[in-house]
Amino acid sequence: MDKVTYNNRIICFSLLLSFGFWVLSSPVFCAEEPSIRGFLQTNYSARITGVKLPGAKRQELMLGEERGRLEGSYYPSNTKVGFNVKGDVFHDWVEDSWGVALREGYMDYLMDKFDVRIGRQIVTWGVGDLLFINDVFPKDWEAFYSGRPLEYLKQGVDAGKLNLYTDLVSAEFIVIPHFTPDNLPSVGRFFFFDPYPNIMNREVEKPKTTFGNTEYALRIYRSLGGADLSAYAYKGFYRTPAMRADNFISPTTISHFYPELAVYGASLQKSALGGVISAEYGYYDSMDDRNGKNPGIENSQSKFLIGYQKAFQNDLTVGLQYYGELMSQYKEYKAKLPPAFFRKKELHQYITLRVTKLLKYQTVKLSLFTFYSPDEEDFFITPEASINVTDNMLLALGTNIFTGVKDNTSFGQQHKNSNIYVLARYSF
Amino acid sequence: MRYIKVLIMILALGIIWTKVSFSSDTLTPEEIVRACYVRFYYAGNDMKARILMKLIDKGGQERIRDLTMLRKNYAEGGELSFAEASEGRQKYFIYFHQPSDVKDTTFMVYKYPDRDDDRWLFIPAINLVKRIATNDKYSSFVGSDFSYEDISGRKLKEDTYRLLKEEELNGKGCYVIESLPKGSAEYTKRISWIDKVSYLPLKEEFYDTQNDLYKQFEALEIKDINGIPTAIKRAMKNVKTGHRTEVTFQSTKYNLGIGDDIFSERYLRRPPAEWIK
Repeated sequence: MDKVTYNNRIICFSLLLSFGFWVLSSPVFCAEEPSIRGFLQTNYSARITGVKLPGAKRQELMLGEERGRLEGSYYPSNTKVGFNVKGDVFHDWVEDSWGVALREGYMDYLMDKFDVRIGRQIVTWGVGDLLFINDVFPKDWEAFYSGRPLEYLKQGVDAGKLNLYTDLVSAEFIVIPHFTPDNLPSVGRFFFFDPYPNIMNREVEKPKTTFGNTEYALRIYRSLGGADLSAYAYKGFYRTPAMRADNFISPTTISHFYPELAVYGASLQKSALGGVISAEYGYYDSMDDRNGKNPGIENSQSKFLIGYQKAFQNDLTVGLQYYGELMSQYKEYKAKLPPAFFRKKELHQYITLRVTKLLKYQTVKLSLFTFYSPDEEDFFITPEASINVTDNMLLALGTNIFTGVKDNTSFGQQHKNSNIYVLARYSF
Repeated sequence: MRYIKVLIMILALGIIWTKVSFSSDTLTPEEIVRACYVRFYYAGNDMKARILMKLIDKGGQERIRDLTMLRKNYAEGGELSFAEASEGRQKYFIYFHQPSDVKDTTFMVYKYPDRDDDRWLFIPAINLVKRIATNDKYSSFVGSDFSYEDISGRKLKEDTYRLLKEEELNGKGCYVIESLPKGSAEYTKRISWIDKVSYLPLKEEFYDTQNDLYKQFEALEIKDINGIPTAIKRAMKNVKTGHRTEVTFQSTKYNLGIGDDIFSERYLRRPPAEWIK
């Protein structure tokens, strides 16, 4: 997503609207000093499988960049508005190009019982640890799989958000006029399974920025009996593309598009059993393929997870999760599935484990996260060691290991992408 | 209405104070520790403090934790009895100013007398609020020499107490009390010098399984704030590693009437500017 591809009109509109709110709000009596901070970092990742990627832009190098971040926020006292802008400037060695990216840029309008945030903003919902059910917002999987810091897994949305606070419940309502897809592992950096590798020219059609394509997301939440409860609803689009072909047996033309999606779900998080338990459910209503007969579009699914996290002595924390995706219309799916496609199980599952150990007054962090799918028989394992040399200087070394019995499962298809990464970050 | 509540609280505290002051000769060791916990962890109905922690390794390298802490006490049933004051519910809200990589991070704790705490962490980089599991008996608070328990207090019933002696420390009369944990704890023995007047711990020694002193707490400066004696300079030193943590309460205020709504997901995500400055 590190391209300036966003619709500038929306940003301009947001900023204008922001300015409007600012003018309308109370006068500034004693403005606070704006706060500025950021970081400089260098981040490299190289494939360690020794397999040459055809068409690789930089041989083994999957990620190679120097990046600078500047973040400014300004919440003048005695006013109801505030601003926050986070921008990155970077040089990418794989593309050998410079780029800028607006990570976030929004205005807050703060009232007693509600507030409004307009502009590019990162929203994270749900209680899963790296498993997303009701978090329907855009992700950058390429960043995640190539060892960039975790925050880059999340992309901002250009949106307006209303937060409501009442004694009974609170709510977040998000209106997203402009569609942002997930950033998936790309050609020239990653190996991935393609059922039709011979068809090169593929159009990708994103939902146009029209009123009818506006996405809506709602979260209603409250605490009850010591548990954090949330209910969610979303109407918009899948963020991973579906496939359209003239025929799926031996296609001559293929294009990609983002089908309509609605999600309804709920989550719970609570301290229990000496740790924290999490549970989440979401029904994915595949609106463009409700009968499950189109093999290019995902079938509707029920997704669910339960998790448990516990802290032990000496800064050791362990987290376990079980996650499942139950496909609707599985009979239709099997009947219509083209031979080139990987056949998923009706229930696709993951078991994840996270172990985190802090040492040396929490300046050294050893962490491990693993995904294992018993039905697809594949793994994704990411051990990482990081050290805070000083308060400002962070060094990290880690690997992303993909392995699987088959070459076309979620992680199995990536087994040639196993990589080692390094990061050095100076914060100021 | 709020003023009446505050008045009642002040009166109640006054009664406690009087009770403690006038009957100290007959206090049991447990009652002395109870008074100490009340003064140290539950002072005021609420508190706001800007706290600077210096984490210093044995080579002298410093790390900084600059934070604002808000704390509110909840007395069950509306009346603050002495027993409840040391065992009551509390809510904590912590906002980090420095270092820069954790700026704007917030942390919230609901502390209960009879069950595990609820803890939430807000990670601003991805706008995420999540519950976290911590082991407050053993986990270090933000990488310092203080455990979570050292910061927010230990339950009274978790130790047995013995008055070892009464002696002067830096010219102040102290009860010297030994605390032995009934169950698992970071220490096997703690010895506390508790000021006979303020009931604050002036010094504490923590012993490990080998019965070696490994950690030592000192209250370095005590100041009267709104009539409440407060240890505004504290230090915890690990005598085995040479690492130490110096804590300065740069500004402390009590009984501000911090609203219950502050301790919520809303303000974790957008820290209340008027409270965290």
